[in-house]
Amino acid sequence: MLIMIEIIEISKLNKTYAGKFQALTDVDLSIKSGEIFALLGPNGAGKTTLISMICGLVRLTSGTIRVDGKNIEDQPRDIRQRIGLVPQELTTNMFETVWDTVQFTRGLFGFKKNNKFIENLLKSLSLWDKRKNTMMTLSGGMKRRVMIAKALAHEPDILFLDEPTAGVDVSLRKDMWTQLHALRKSGVTIILTTHYIEEAEEMADRIGVINNGKIVIVEKKEKLIKKLGKKHISFKLDNELKKIPKRLANFKLTIKDKVLHYEYDSKNTDIHISNLFDALKTENITYKDITTKQSSLEEIFVELVKNS
Amino acid sequence: MNFQAIKTIYMFEMMRMFRTIGQSIAAPVISTSLYFVVFGSAIGSSIKSIDGVSYGSFIVPGLIMLSVLTQSISNASFGIYFPRFTGTIYEQLSAPISYLEIVIGYVGAATSKSLILGLLILGTANFFVDVSIQNIPLMTLFLLLTCITFSLFGFIIGIWAENFEQLQIIPLLVITPLTFLGGSFYSLKMLPPIWQKISFLNPLVYLISGFRWSFYGSGDVNLGVSFIMAALFLIVSLLIIRWIFKTGYKLKT
Repeated sequence: MLIMIEIIEISKLNKTYAGKFQALTDVDLSIKSGEIFALLGPNGAGKTTLISMICGLVRLTSGTIRVDGKNIEDQPRDIRQRIGLVPQELTTNMFETVWDTVQFTRGLFGFKKNNKFIENLLKSLSLWDKRKNTMMTLSGGMKRRVMIAKALAHEPDILFLDEPTAGVDVSLRKDMWTQLHALRKSGVTIILTTHYIEEAEEMADRIGVINNGKIVIVEKKEKLIKKLGKKHISFKLDNELKKIPKRLANFKLTIKDKVLHYEYDSKNTDIHISNLFDALKTENITYKDITTKQSSLEEIFVELVKNS
Repeated sequence: MNFQAIKTIYMFEMMRMFRTIGQSIAAPVISTSLYFVVFGSAIGSSIKSIDGVSYGSFIVPGLIMLSVLTQSISNASFGIYFPRFTGTIYEQLSAPISYLEIVIGYVGAATSKSLILGLLILGTANFFVDVSIQNIPLMTLFLLLTCITFSLFGFIIGIWAENFEQLQIIPLLVITPLTFLGGSFYSLKMLPPIWQKISFLNPLVYLISGFRWSFYGSGDVNLGVSFIMAALFLIVSLLIIRWIFKTGYKLKT
């Protein structure tokens, strides 16, 4: 059995910007080695601040961040060498070629030139043909790939992606997902923030939700959906039902256009669906069809943010 | 020490110079040559010699200083401002590289460029006027000290500037006038006493005078004082940069 150690440990992390804006409040979070962790949150929730603090771009107000047991304030060099960052903005030197800009990043991180490695990296990101192009001639999607290539140029084992597929078309987004899965397979720990719930649902092993600078929940993806997800059953009735019979009042049913709706908490052990079926039979309510639906991660996310 | 990172920044900046050779080297060399033609050969021939040095030769150290000062500031300030402007500064800040190494990379490159430029202008001056250097090691030392100090100063401006206008304002509105009024084209002895006294408040007087001393063995101020002032600028610039990185001024929130 693979034992996942905690590669990043964040404890009681606070960030207050000048002007007294509190961006993060007592954040505790652990990231496991080799996992894909998705951090979800609305705009201004504190996602980028959190990533920026781990990557050394923003100062800590209080609290600690440890990477592989090392405090980022005590041993920043050792830690930074292991981290790659794809920032949210497409920040590139527009006059540089793809090849030069990726080599530049590798050099900044203290690595000697390795043309073969960079060649393979560019090929894996479908950038090899563009290696002689200057950044200003590339499309947004291509620039985003270069940002990923730059983040991987120094062979990091921890990769942060701050909204990596923002503004990227569906096909390229799916390509990127495949590439990130391949990276995870090679042992890279991936932490990504995203607005696309579908992306988190597709990619993540665990999901953290942050809102107003506070971590609302951290849970395995499947467990989160199971734990907080609601189930919904719709009965397409044979005959119109003008009013819900008194015997069915406990089920809090709703009716609309000859469809009877029942929403329930799947983790509630007191609920037995068979009771509803029995009650419908007793009331002689017949139906042509039944559809069931489990709430999506998106619905769970919206609910969590609303209630936090 | 992350030597690879220093080399990477240094080479990146030097490559920028070669990419923009017209702007970085040709333009300042040509514009300074025009000064030699106009003030040295044309007008200079009708101006009497100063301290036994022909006017054309007299202005050589001052003109080299004018170019070196402005180019040191421009190169270093643009070098660090551009990644701030484009946002790519995040790479330097998230890389395993200390602030000292960042400064060595950027300021080292700006210093090298200014040094190359200064030597090119010195070489070009020989085509137009007679140039003799009395003390070559002293001249080299003064030139190097000036290039380093003003590249550091340029780096500070590059961190401070919020836009391209602010980036240009110090070289254009402060350094160039102070260089012109600092004895580049005349000896302070030629001024009325009150203006001589006021001129001593101009820090560039000491640099230009010290540099000229290494050429012709005389200057407006004592050589020792020139050196002390040059060292003082260097120390002040270093202290400001230390403060910038300690506080993260305009780099980290």
